Amino acid sequence: MDVRVANVRKEFDTFAALHDVSLDIRSGELIALLGPSGSGKTTLLRLIAGLEQPTAGKIFFGEEDASERTIRERNVGFVFQHYALFKHMTVADNVGFGLKVRPGATRPSAGEIRRRASKLLDLVQLSGLEKRYPAQLSGGQRQRVALARAMAIEPKVLLLDEPFGALDAQVRRELRRWLREIHDATGHTTVFVTHDQEEALELADRVVVMSQGKIEQVGTADDVYDTPNSPFVYGFIGESSSLPVKVEDGQLWIADRPIGLSAQGVPAGKATLFFRPHDVDLLEECAGCIAGTVAASRRVAGTRRVELEVGGQRQRVEIELPVDHPAAQKSRVAFRPRRWKVFPGAGE
Amino acid sequence: MADPALFAADAAHQEASGITETRLVRYVLMAIAFAFLGLFLVLPLVLVFFQAFGRGVEFFLSTLAEPDSVSAIRLTLIVAAIAVPLNLVFGVAMAWAIAKFEFKGKAFLTTLVDLPFSVSPVISGLVYVLLFGAQSLLGPWLKAHGITILFAVPGIVLATVFVTFPFVARELIPLMQEQGTKDEEAAISLGANGWQTFWYVTLPNIKWGLLYGVLLCNARAMGEFGAVSVVSGHIRGQTNTMPLHVEILYNDYNAAGAFAVASLLAGLALVTLALKTLLEMRYGAEIAATRGH
Repeated sequence: MDVRVANVRKEFDTFAALHDVSLDIRSGELIALLGPSGSGKTTLLRLIAGLEQPTAGKIFFGEEDASERTIRERNVGFVFQHYALFKHMTVADNVGFGLKVRPGATRPSAGEIRRRASKLLDLVQLSGLEKRYPAQLSGGQRQRVALARAMAIEPKVLLLDEPFGALDAQVRRELRRWLREIHDATGHTTVFVTHDQEEALELADRVVVMSQGKIEQVGTADDVYDTPNSPFVYGFIGESSSLPVKVEDGQLWIADRPIGLSAQGVPAGKATLFFRPHDVDLLEECAGCIAGTVAASRRVAGTRRVELEVGGQRQRVEIELPVDHPAAQKSRVAFRPRRWKVFPGAGE
Repeated sequence: MADPALFAADAAHQEASGITETRLVRYVLMAIAFAFLGLFLVLPLVLVFFQAFGRGVEFFLSTLAEPDSVSAIRLTLIVAAIAVPLNLVFGVAMAWAIAKFEFKGKAFLTTLVDLPFSVSPVISGLVYVLLFGAQSLLGPWLKAHGITILFAVPGIVLATVFVTFPFVARELIPLMQEQGTKDEEAAISLGANGWQTFWYVTLPNIKWGLLYGVLLCNARAMGEFGAVSVVSGHIRGQTNTMPLHVEILYNDYNAAGAFAVASLLAGLALVTLALKTLLEMRYGAEIAATRGH
């Protein structure tokens, strides 16, 4: 089922949580909504589900205008952040709930509901726990029950709000791989919200990066990591270093020296240079490079992070060196980013 | 601190409670609490039963078997049987509205729930006299249509409903606010309609709080004196409830009879309390599970 979000705006009282957001989700796709808290990602998910009504704009499921339909009629599977399992029902009753509340004509028999519930529990690797209550399960098990319950209604779209947010790191990694397998096996169109970029990049077919109620960029993990389209995305996804620079003659300048990088078509004036700390070439001779005094050096796992003071403003910038690289011993280091991006304006 | 024995004793003490008050202070505080409870609660209660059976079990039973007593007991049961279910429905609806929806005037509504607690019961009764009495606005119309509210069962029911309104709502509002709307959202996202959501999800989540509220509401409905006294008219055998009957017997210098009926009411209070404690013991873990989290 394709999902199309068309120019959706959402206001709570006077606070605008989403400004004019549009997004196309292809059938069978696994999409991550990624952003810091307050970026509007959960609001967008709840709008797609029908738990909130948009102030303006429409949401389409396929060709059908879903904004006209209530959450009951939309047939979406929603997994809540803290699972919202029914505490007084057994695992099997939780999973079968969506079938039990169907109107008489379409409701399967009690035996059929039980059979389908245990089939779903097989799928989420929880067979044998049918008779347990949610309080008797671990966090990871509850998460899987919640997913099985959402899938029981054979939803058109599966929506997950911070699905792994409340779990510890080990379980998170396991469930991540497992969710991907389930998605590939069932082929549901799936949208999940996360603030964990590693989760989003590893799991999703496409990542939607959001900030302050707007979509900043939509793309594959490679797209958003290698070609970020805004300073926010560059800073938010992965490690990044930034430096204030000046654009003149299609070249980048720090103070009165050109640093040997092209301005990538950014107009003359103040600009900000972004690059990845690990993606730099160290230079012996500085003819068109960035050079700085070593201010601090830290060993981080397999690499060494070196903080340099650059230019007259003594702007600090971080690069990453191999642990045994001789440059780490020097007091002055010259380098040039292998890949970089320039954005107009002085930045923050 | 230099003395190791003293230090060890101190440490043991700390481990036991972490509270630094000396033993003397704790005992004094406990003694005050028990003395107060004994003097003001247990002693009067014991006296009620003592007086009730003061002239023998036979007198006790014959007092309760008098037609006026039987009528008072029956009326009390009827009033409670109407007022408690009404307030059960009102209370759940009210708590639902306040806890699960956002709307203008919500704070005002929450305050209004407490009104019967803050207003003297006599005034609650008088309000109905002003509303339905012969000289009132509605009086002539009611009379023309042959409807009697004052000095009859409907008036007593109305006054009781008013006075006992807050019990269920008050018990449920904080509980439902704490539980939030996630479970309900989950239920409707799975396709449940409003009634199914309430029946399968909301009600099981609030059942213990609801039971507490109903027990308290029932105890008050049977025991209400002030408001009922104003609207009842004290017609023996017709509009006397148990508390009113106690007063009448007492004013007739029939102390033993008054206490016999009073002991029934007191017994009801004790049964309510015992039920509540029993529920807490039996289902303590489950109550904690549905309340907390």
